[in-house]
Amino acid sequence: MKLSAWSRAALWERLRNPGLVLQTGPFTSRVRTSIPAVADGIFLLYADYSAPQGDVFADFHIALRQPPGLRRWFRRQVSFYFDGAAPFKPLPLAQALPMLEWGLNWCISNHAHHYLIIHAATVEKGGRAILLPGPPGSGKSTLTAFLVYNGWRLLSDELALLSLEDGSVSPLARPISLKNKAIDIIGRRHPEARMSPRCEDTAKGTVALLRAPRDSVARSHEPARPAWVVFPQYKAGGDGRLRPRSKAGTLIDIGHNAFNYSVHGKRGFDLLSQTIDRCDCYDFCYEDLDQALAAFDGLAPVPALAQAASA
Amino acid sequence: MISSHEVCRARALLPGILRRPESAARLPPERWDLVIRQARQAGVLARLCFQLDDLGLLTEVPERPRRHLEAARTLAVKHARDVRWELSCLCSALADRELTITLLKGAAYLMADLPPARGRLFSDIDILVPRDRIDEVEESLVEAGWGPGVKDAYDQRYYRRWTHQIPPLQHLRRGSVLDVHHTIVPPTARTPVNAATLTVDSLPLPLDTRLRVLAPADMVLHSAVHLFSEGEFDRGLRDLLDLSDLLSQFGRRAGFWQSLDSRAEALGLTEPLYLTLRYLDRLLALPTPAPLHDAVRRWQPPALSRSALDALFDRALLPNHDSCNDYLSATARWLLYVRAHHLRMPLHLLVPHLVRKSFRRPAAQENDDRRRRRAQVEQVLRAARAPRPGATTANAAQMRE
Repeated sequence: MKLSAWSRAALWERLRNPGLVLQTGPFTSRVRTSIPAVADGIFLLYADYSAPQGDVFADFHIALRQPPGLRRWFRRQVSFYFDGAAPFKPLPLAQALPMLEWGLNWCISNHAHHYLIIHAATVEKGGRAILLPGPPGSGKSTLTAFLVYNGWRLLSDELALLSLEDGSVSPLARPISLKNKAIDIIGRRHPEARMSPRCEDTAKGTVALLRAPRDSVARSHEPARPAWVVFPQYKAGGDGRLRPRSKAGTLIDIGHNAFNYSVHGKRGFDLLSQTIDRCDCYDFCYEDLDQALAAFDGLAPVPALAQAASA
Repeated sequence: MISSHEVCRARALLPGILRRPESAARLPPERWDLVIRQARQAGVLARLCFQLDDLGLLTEVPERPRRHLEAARTLAVKHARDVRWELSCLCSALADRELTITLLKGAAYLMADLPPARGRLFSDIDILVPRDRIDEVEESLVEAGWGPGVKDAYDQRYYRRWTHQIPPLQHLRRGSVLDVHHTIVPPTARTPVNAATLTVDSLPLPLDTRLRVLAPADMVLHSAVHLFSEGEFDRGLRDLLDLSDLLSQFGRRAGFWQSLDSRAEALGLTEPLYLTLRYLDRLLALPTPAPLHDAVRRWQPPALSRSALDALFDRALLPNHDSCNDYLSATARWLLYVRAHHLRMPLHLLVPHLVRKSFRRPAAQENDDRRRRRAQVEQVLRAARAPRPGATTANAAQMRE
């Protein structure tokens, strides 16, 4: 059953007790909270997700609560709990919704070792995926947001899940975390896209969460094959051209960007080197989003047949 | 509100499956939710994975919980790989010193290929070296890249003066933590242990003769004294399973039970051994082996203390998970923490230490808050100068986005 079929009151009730079960990609999380901003955020951002009821198996049991003590009333805070334990220091209460997203990412990257997890955004077209690894500030999320509202499917804006069995990427379409100027840029270009209220002064500056496109959420069971690795870099004066880079260098750089590469030992090395072998690898310096879209669309031209069918 | 019947069922769940992994095959799928959570909390997920795989039952586990078991096993295999590598680095660092290094606990189980090593997650590596050589050992390790893992001056002094180890060392690049001990209980304990007695009987590892492990009886006694006197029970169930593994492994050897009995008496470690046997029986339904029945009768405390200890350990040794805790669990853990300290040091040392610890903690938190506030201010200033998307602070780095 989809979350959008629920009333706001029913959702609130669930979130308080026994927790709302949310299916995001291959993971099921049971979320508990009585913080209104989180409940509203979930209602807005996760409307298209399936929310099974009853005694189902949940991968992660998480809660967002105000920690006990004086700070319940004075300079209020929020803590993220993973099955009763708080792995992080509390944040200001206003950052509760981004904390849910960060916490969920932490759950996945620390426990889902049945995948090789790379710190990269991933988008797909025609069954083939682009991995976009990049440090914070490289413009990865902005680029991803623009691509997935222009014909590409969102697999993830943060965590590329590589299957250890067949090397495919599992979709994990979740809200995209836009930061600072990107919020207005995407808001202007896509006024139809729904966003959470802005959170000021987080560790990453101002953050707003962008709802994942409905189609990407609906196709959360269709894996894709990695076909390209592109290291994006937003830079004034960037020419928006894809420049080939060495495969050996890409293997090393992407290894540095993996969350659990060392956990998998030789198996991880084999998987990653096979993946890079099959991918075309590029550096990509861009200033203009339309230019970027054109460059990426050039990688995956829509086959003539499909074009005819959609015409 | 959870009924007490529910709590009883939840408490019996994980010990039952660890004792009889074959019962997992009959588990209703939704029950796996709690098994995985409790096993993760107790640090025995990977162990359970190995146990089920040995019986050919892993494939019977529904896919979603099975993924967690396998992921935990993958992580445990990595830990074992890392510990072997760390030990080889350690041996090179200490190669110039003519020295006997005795491995303790996890590292010993791993290198001696003993059952508790399977599926184990390591938080540190424990070694034992002669007390009169400990300064040069520390010096060599610092040269090789290990630095103080504890920065606080009081803690540094406390470790060196009152405990059986130097302050934990952490490798500056690899982050691995090394505990260098000179004996197995603090010198201030009611029954101090002379480490020379242990090293004389220790055994060389077949593959690497630079490293030694404690003799079987000593290994069991160290594991027991560690579990029942350290005062931390987050891995209590796992430690109890270690002991059950060791006892069933060594129990097959001729003369083991007698040597365990006499060694416990000689080292003054009869109490932790008694408690081990008692809670193996109570929690995991593993009866005390016949050769130790007499000894257990000799060692057992009066009935009243027994019931008091049961009330505490029955709670503390279960997974520290919401489903197993009742309104007394936190108190039980706290009382055992105090008990452990009391066993380790006399009252005139203990009271000032605990007072200091209870005041230090809020102070440390206050410092963290201050640091965080400063980071926020700096960030705002930076943003005012030049807006930079994705500026990170310690918190963000921790979460990796």
